[in-house]
Amino acid sequence: MSAEPARACVPWAAADMLGKLTWNAIPFDQPIPLAAGSLVFLVLIAVIAWVIIRGHLPYLWHEWITSVDHKRIGVMYTILGLVMLLRGFVDAIMMRSQQAFAFHAGGYLPPEHYDQVFSAHGTIMIFFAAMPLMIGLMNFAVPLQLGVRDVAFPTFNSTSFWLTATGALLVNLSLVVGEFSRAMWLPYPPLSELRYSPGVGVDYYLWALQISGVGTLLTGINFVTTILKIRAPGMSYLRMPIFCWTALATNLLIIAAFPVLTATLGMLLLDRYVGFHFFTNSAGGNMMMFVNLIWAWGHPEVYILVLPAFGIFSEVISTFSGKPLFGYRSMVAATMFICLVSFLVWLHHFFTMGAGGNVNAVFGIATAIIAVGTGVKIYNWMFTMYGGRIRFTTPMLWALAFVLTFTLGGMTGVLLSVPPADFQLHNSMFLVAHFHNVIIAGVLFGAFAGITYWFPKAFGFRLHEGWGKAAVVLTVAGFYTTFVPLYALGLLGMTRRLQSYDVAAWRPWVIAAGAGIIVFCGALACQVMQLVASIRQRESLRDLTGDPWNGRSLEWSTASPPPAFNYAVLPNVEGEEPYWQIKRRAIETQQLAAEPDYKPIEMPRNSPTGFITAFFCTVTGFALIWHIWWMVGLGLLGAYVVFVWFAWRDRDEEVIPAEEVARVDRARRRVRAQWLAHNAREEWLAVHGQRETA
Amino acid sequence: MSEVEALRHTRSPALDPYKLGHGAGGGRHDYATGHGEGGPASKRVIVGYGFWLFLLSDIVLFSCLFAAHAVLQTATAGGPTGPQLFDPRSVALETACLLTSSFTCGLSAVAAGARNRLWTEVFLFATGVFGLSFLLLEAHDFAGMVARGASPQTSAFWSSFFAVVGCHGCHVTAGLLWLGTMMAQVFFKGFRPSIMRRLVCFNLFWHMLDIIWVALFTIVYLIGEGR
Repeated sequence: MSAEPARACVPWAAADMLGKLTWNAIPFDQPIPLAAGSLVFLVLIAVIAWVIIRGHLPYLWHEWITSVDHKRIGVMYTILGLVMLLRGFVDAIMMRSQQAFAFHAGGYLPPEHYDQVFSAHGTIMIFFAAMPLMIGLMNFAVPLQLGVRDVAFPTFNSTSFWLTATGALLVNLSLVVGEFSRAMWLPYPPLSELRYSPGVGVDYYLWALQISGVGTLLTGINFVTTILKIRAPGMSYLRMPIFCWTALATNLLIIAAFPVLTATLGMLLLDRYVGFHFFTNSAGGNMMMFVNLIWAWGHPEVYILVLPAFGIFSEVISTFSGKPLFGYRSMVAATMFICLVSFLVWLHHFFTMGAGGNVNAVFGIATAIIAVGTGVKIYNWMFTMYGGRIRFTTPMLWALAFVLTFTLGGMTGVLLSVPPADFQLHNSMFLVAHFHNVIIAGVLFGAFAGITYWFPKAFGFRLHEGWGKAAVVLTVAGFYTTFVPLYALGLLGMTRRLQSYDVAAWRPWVIAAGAGIIVFCGALACQVMQLVASIRQRESLRDLTGDPWNGRSLEWSTASPPPAFNYAVLPNVEGEEPYWQIKRRAIETQQLAAEPDYKPIEMPRNSPTGFITAFFCTVTGFALIWHIWWMVGLGLLGAYVVFVWFAWRDRDEEVIPAEEVARVDRARRRVRAQWLAHNAREEWLAVHGQRETA
Repeated sequence: MSEVEALRHTRSPALDPYKLGHGAGGGRHDYATGHGEGGPASKRVIVGYGFWLFLLSDIVLFSCLFAAHAVLQTATAGGPTGPQLFDPRSVALETACLLTSSFTCGLSAVAAGARNRLWTEVFLFATGVFGLSFLLLEAHDFAGMVARGASPQTSAFWSSFFAVVGCHGCHVTAGLLWLGTMMAQVFFKGFRPSIMRRLVCFNLFWHMLDIIWVALFTIVYLIGEGR
């Protein structure tokens, strides 16, 4: 697809070696993006310089950048997600403060800049914060929970990550070189067509999403294959942990939905680059076709994000209530029900299109019905807690905050599913409040719960509880202070994306929402402090046994952090909650299972393929954005050479000798045996016996 | 482990007649069938399964282009319509080329199964020749349409026509590049397990292009002609 526009456009662009790129692309006249961009650039340079000077580069290259280990890739995804979350949060601060100032005034952001800010906020939060956080946690936890050594295609996994990073890089590059899209997070035509958005902003958006979208599709294929084809012996479908089920549903949705995004954005690219007429308002183009197609991807995307979070909450609530998940099978059924029905509700995003009463009724009812699946889950979580011995740790507090807050957001969603109500609230701040309510309470709380829950598994020490709890409290407070006023503003008739306004009745609510952002800043400070305090006190927070939470699924049976091969021998699964059974047997018999027969393990070799592919994709994407056609050709050629070179490799695996496996596993068994001798009996009695303890 | 042992004995001959994951393809785990209880599937199964998923996602991508073409059927904006410019004889010839290339592709799989390097290369080469002829004919068709005043810029109908047919053409082009690298790999490296797996994937890909073409032929040309 990319070669064709290149050929077609060469005649009028070949005159200039750098295409549309000139010094005018650097926004010297706009201090805010220039200062922000320069700051980020300086920080980046400083970090790279520090890495090189301190001699960390070989370590980073061999252990992280070229790593195909799912745990490392998961950590990198999560870090990318957190950094982009910060960037998106800065955009949020700018929007809320702009509106706080912009009563009868222009505020400090001119319209063309404000439009870029809200477009970038949505794009970054969905594609480069929420997605990497969820995919990162799946990457880390799913193979461990399935009791296996890696995903189906480890090198593709690394490629997926680096392609996502490419997209994030391009979006952030637009801050200093050129501009970002002003056409909202979903670039509705005709605004996004060349005639109305002649700049490079929409092109940055489109190529960033096309490149990272390919990465996401590869992730989907990788994880469905992993979950359906690579599981520990004995782990039948209904013995999989619920997080694996939600990951399966999410990745099925990715495979079915992301090609729609690629095709739709591809059509818009053809419109913009080669003068096609898919969505133009001349020559028969149909802009509502774009809206239908993009939401045929967009609504499943909502569930792609939130289903893994549901899985995380299920694991957390079950673990910290000390009980098996209530209604495991109904949870599986509800997950797959949501997976299916999420494809049948897309039209509720544009009831106002005018499809007619009957069509709107069908989609309204389908939308109300999908809430039933989520309702089943809410009750299951509550019944899991009922009668349990609940430990109010940080992940559990995130889960509790989620159940309360998400239910509120779900109810406003059901309200919006009624077409007549939606006609009133369409494109209002009520809608903005609703989807932030479900995405923040669902996905963001889920990500934080997952990070605090699996952090000790990844790094070998727990996160600081005090700062974590403070972060929960402030986040929840910040959420309600920011978004309850937005609900009110919607009911008062305020539409979304206003750069300035002059309705006096809105003013107090806008100020209140602005105050909420300040509370969020406090929550952010607590998160940073949590990380700092945890690293400084890591010796006292150390997880020695690999099972810091008294967990129930297989990932807690290996060491923290796990060895590269995860399990010395693949565990043999004999029921639901396999690790709980292993642990109970060990405690009852007061001994570990017999030492297994260690064998050499084949592991995939690290490979720079993903990084190099992403490098050429960055070059190609940048060249396409700026119409630098020779560079496009160079980038594509480079990508093809990498493909051939990768295909030509002779050794793609290395063998870890049996002695090494035995050494690592014996160390783990020693710690476990110590734990068994000293603590297990008391802990067991405390939980299951008659004695009460503090 | 005893459960797994038992599975191996009870399952293999009766429930797994084609011995998926056994032998051919050089699986790492000789007992696993990947159906839940048996542990991880063999590499052959994993690679094939993953590639099937990719093909399904590719079909979803095409389905969007088909949907767009269906929506824009009448959006000719006063310009030429499909039936005025379609050349059924040329399309029939293209179809013949592509279907024949699929047949020779199948023969190459048979030759590879028999580990016959010469015939594998010959049939892969024939596949490439027919594929290239298809592409040249299609390019000739496109050039003719543009000459008669129907370019992608003419109207939304022609935009969607060139997008859906052109996307298939791009896939064939990518397939030809892949074919070239596969021929080189078979020539220099022989029938290693990894190359056998790639040949399977290439075969699947090439046959999927045929399936897409049959849909194109039916929806774009036959139905478009009859409208």
